[in-house]
Amino acid sequence: MIQAPLDTILMLAGMAVVTYSVRIGFWLGASHGFPPRLRRALEYVPVAVLSAIIFPTVLLPGGVLSVSIHNAQLAGALATGLIVWRFKHLLAGIGGGLVVFVVWRLVM
Amino acid sequence: MLPMLIGAAPFGLIFGTLAGPAGLAPWAAVAMSLAVFAGSAQFIAVTLLTGGASIPVIIATTFVVNLRHALYGASLQPHVADLPLRWRALLAYFLTDEAFAVVYHRLQEPAPVDVRRYFLGAALAMYINWSAWTVVGIAIGRNVPGIEHWGLEFAMVATFVGIVVPLLKNRAQVAAALCAGLTALAANGLPYKLGLMVAALVGVAVGMALEKREVRS
Repeated sequence: MIQAPLDTILMLAGMAVVTYSVRIGFWLGASHGFPPRLRRALEYVPVAVLSAIIFPTVLLPGGVLSVSIHNAQLAGALATGLIVWRFKHLLAGIGGGLVVFVVWRLVM
Repeated sequence: MLPMLIGAAPFGLIFGTLAGPAGLAPWAAVAMSLAVFAGSAQFIAVTLLTGGASIPVIIATTFVVNLRHALYGASLQPHVADLPLRWRALLAYFLTDEAFAVVYHRLQEPAPVDVRRYFLGAALAMYINWSAWTVVGIAIGRNVPGIEHWGLEFAMVATFVGIVVPLLKNRAQVAAALCAGLTALAANGLPYKLGLMVAALVGVAVGMALEKREVRS
């Protein structure tokens, strides 16, 4: 289902404004440096936000908890994780995970 | 510089290909690359759209995810402070992870550099590159029938997993990941995907609390 044009424009405008504000924020007026607490919090933002997306997407396909050998997303995600952890190569991990996911879906 | 342009290509492709199935019209996908120009936030927006998230949640998530750009702004501030406002306003538009990495790296070298020319040159190359691959992805998504069933939707999840794994360097980060993930599972029923915000906050709070304890002990 395609999003209504007005919704799309609102969404894009909102995303653009928050992104630009964050980028230019420290370049307007005198800088008071970056608040240390916020800097520490930011260290955890990528891991927290992405995990909050990954867990439900992988473990709740269609809204139902699925921790089983039949879950192709879980198999693919584990494959990606292992490859990136072992070989430190993002694209290889994504490619490997994709292959595992597709094969898993066909076989299991 | 060239590795970064090539490295961005698959992600621009994936974004463009999956934007349609997620509910974005072709013009909207291009507009997002042109107006927001933030790869990870765009990936997340597409994933959230697919999951039926509301617009305020998508905007709030974009803000949180892109907050790190403020950190880049703070690091580069001494180098752009003397530029006229219109230059700062222009360069800020292109302050992505990659642009920061390239410009910051160059500024560490002893040889002097014209920040304006270097920054704008690098940024424009990345901007055009990202938008062009988005367009190619959209074209593929529209012309290859059934491509949304090839498992490409999994490429987004895989990308997120691949970004998270190298960041799990200490117990605080691992705990942040687990707590955010489990909270997101528990809060999945919340309307408008608000569970995402709750889970992210829990993850950050747990990470900071554990870090404090480790520093103390």
